[in-house]
Amino acid sequence: MHRLPPFKIPAACGTLGILDQTGRRFNGEDIVRGMANMRERGNGLGAGFVSYGIYPEHADDYCLHMMFVDQTAQARGKDYLQTVCAINHDEPIPTTPTPTISDEPVLWRFFVRPLEAKTAAQNGPTEEDYMVDVVMTVNRDIEGGYVASSGKNMGIFKGVGYPTPIAEYYRLDEYQGHLWVSHTRFPTNTGGWWGGAHPFGILEWSIVHNGEISSYGVNKRYVTSFGYECTLFTDSEVISYMFDLLCRKHGLSIEMASLAMASPEWEQVDGIEDPQEQRLMATIRQAYGGALLNGPFAVIAGHNGGMVGLSDRLKLRPLAAAQSGDRAYIASEEAAIWAVGGKPELSWPIDAGVPVRFNLQEAS
Amino acid sequence: MALSVLAPEFVVKRDEELCIECGVCTRQCAYDAQIINPDDGTVSTDAAKCVGCQRCVTLCPTGALTVTEREMTGRSHPNWTLGAQRDIARQAETGGMLLTGMGTDKGYRVIWDNLILNASQVTNPSIDPLREPMELRTYLGAKPDRIELDADGRLTTEVGPLLGLDIPVMFSAMSYGSISLNACLSLARAASAAGTYFNSGEGGLHRDLYEYSDHAIVQVASGRFGVHAEYLDVAAAVEIKIGQGAKPGIGGHLPGEKVTQPISATRMIPEGSDAISPAPHHDIYSIEDLKQLIYALKEATDYSKPISVKIAAVNNIVPIASGCVRAGADIVAIDGVRGGTGATPTVIRDNVGIPIEFAVAAVDGRLREEGIRHQASIVAAGGFRNSADILKAVALGADAVYVGTSALIAMGCHMCQKCYTGKCTWGIATQDPYLTKRLNPEIGTRRLSNLLRAWGLEMKEMLGGMGMNSIDSLRGNREMLRAVSLTREEMDILDVAPAGM
Repeated sequence: MHRLPPFKIPAACGTLGILDQTGRRFNGEDIVRGMANMRERGNGLGAGFVSYGIYPEHADDYCLHMMFVDQTAQARGKDYLQTVCAINHDEPIPTTPTPTISDEPVLWRFFVRPLEAKTAAQNGPTEEDYMVDVVMTVNRDIEGGYVASSGKNMGIFKGVGYPTPIAEYYRLDEYQGHLWVSHTRFPTNTGGWWGGAHPFGILEWSIVHNGEISSYGVNKRYVTSFGYECTLFTDSEVISYMFDLLCRKHGLSIEMASLAMASPEWEQVDGIEDPQEQRLMATIRQAYGGALLNGPFAVIAGHNGGMVGLSDRLKLRPLAAAQSGDRAYIASEEAAIWAVGGKPELSWPIDAGVPVRFNLQEAS
Repeated sequence: MALSVLAPEFVVKRDEELCIECGVCTRQCAYDAQIINPDDGTVSTDAAKCVGCQRCVTLCPTGALTVTEREMTGRSHPNWTLGAQRDIARQAETGGMLLTGMGTDKGYRVIWDNLILNASQVTNPSIDPLREPMELRTYLGAKPDRIELDADGRLTTEVGPLLGLDIPVMFSAMSYGSISLNACLSLARAASAAGTYFNSGEGGLHRDLYEYSDHAIVQVASGRFGVHAEYLDVAAAVEIKIGQGAKPGIGGHLPGEKVTQPISATRMIPEGSDAISPAPHHDIYSIEDLKQLIYALKEATDYSKPISVKIAAVNNIVPIASGCVRAGADIVAIDGVRGGTGATPTVIRDNVGIPIEFAVAAVDGRLREEGIRHQASIVAAGGFRNSADILKAVALGADAVYVGTSALIAMGCHMCQKCYTGKCTWGIATQDPYLTKRLNPEIGTRRLSNLLRAWGLEMKEMLGGMGMNSIDSLRGNREMLRAVSLTREEMDILDVAPAGM
């Protein structure tokens, strides 16, 4: 595994998300088929998957998918985690040797809970804030150790390679999830690194991103002021923190958060007739200027309740949505959706700056 | 007094073949450097009195005149430059402090020229401002760090008063008294038309400017000139002037001969009396005193308008600015060492204060670290020459900038630095009716409006080139800057990477 490059890597990409809205689980083969259809959108320097619903036996534990440069770093990471969390179970993430996958890190997963003494204390952090802090500390202080994902009953599997061999390497056909989101990468430098592949995750949120955020410098400074640290040197990382910040910490709905990240233009805000709504929109823009994502992007964000597709307010990168039976899709190309399940019953291009949400139906 | 040993500063050349002895130059010169002989109508020049304002050169109908700086004649010396010698000789003759106008001409490095802006290539597309909306709109004031909605989705967060700017450029404080009413009117009208603000300076607000008061930031300075209830009521924002980049740490002095009847009425002082602004506010001897004045003004204006605090960029600018924010300032305006003025001791102008580039970057960084950046906007001032300087300041963390000198140049100023004499031949920094009528406020307004329009177009073009369509995405965005020929320490303070990295 390459170590962290000391620079930001711009990238272009292909993305696909598949949700079974009834919560029925399915293995990774479908999404791999869809991703394989978008080979042109990657260059083999990074691919990854996230799946939700894969660890029902540990559903209440935070699952930390971690990458370590070597066994020593793994030991360091585990030592640290033992001081801040109760580790209910940990094990290597199962992999299988795959011809085109090389330079792989030590991959390990920990099922943990925050130490009760820490979060139960009066004025102590919430469980979620505590876990965010653990993730930030690992990424900053544990040399050679990175957290790929940290949510409950979900996990991120990513590395350097095309999607198909990455899926094979991680044996994704052996996992059953109700939501899968994937990404193939075309980073515009010579070396990809495992930690820089998508998805990026913090707690329940996972992000795959096609684009380059021109406003990264602003967004990074913005989330930093709320205690997040951008340590992975890609512009996409910041989007996952933004979702966590706006939706969890600020309690905004996904729609409101989307309006902060892909705001309507001032001209449109000025034209809103309902004065209350206009004041709301103007205030979002005034308060969340640092959260506005500028430049080309198309994002699929996965979370416990489903997935969201969002593009920049000019729609400089493609994103399509579709529905067929219980399945909902969001993808860079509609062709990827067809490759998974044939012609969908309903499909449409996502509008600029307007979030498309597909929700998991409440378990009945 | 003994004969002056000063050599003239300027060489005035008159091409006798072109000169038609029309006498325009003699009427235009306010310094008696161009003289007409009343007996025979012949014109002549007394170069010793020339200030280099270029008025006669510009208005000579036949192009017969040239005014150039006199070069060092005789033996040159790197320490004892002509200017250094001249200053000593002048003080030996007068025994006084040397006065000057405008920003320092000492030649401190302009850091803007060591910073370059980014542009998109291939991996992200640039945005064409002719095709896509390009937003320069900026709001100044305290903003919430989050918003809250009730169960019905209605906004429950109260946002304090904000100043909305269509372009992140405002006109700096220039008082009526330091400049003419026609100049004030030009600034007021251009600011109103462009959706931005002018600043009254510390001389009150002339009645003719009330019409534009919704685009006025009015100052409360140590002299409290012209401050009354209505003055505060009509303004868009109130600014407490603590200091100014051209003269940090000292007060101001408008000589009695400039205090004409309308200025006396506006400043609320007797006609002909000196208007002296003390160095400190005599009710502010600590940060908590500043807080009291800020809240006194907020109370007086019913919390309906933002309160700005203007400070000069000095060594400890970072904690000072942080203190101002914690004291309740909604806007902190920081004026750098290159900031201009109508009158200041030369030695102060040229030797006190730090460059605005470092000040704004350091203040932005610290306020972010302290988690209070959203509580106040930062306005940078001090020598902004063009739209690129402004965008670089925004990338270093400024919400907007104040421009004074650029606005004066737009109205005709030729940088002779003699504002303090009150004889401005361009009709700007003078109260002499014979001179002030030279600045037609309609033309002044048009020229200022043109400048703002041109800068707006350039800013949009550069923003689009960087792949963004809102100035929000540039504010504090150090990724959009790279440094050339700066030291490691300087880059660290600016938080900017070297070019190539």
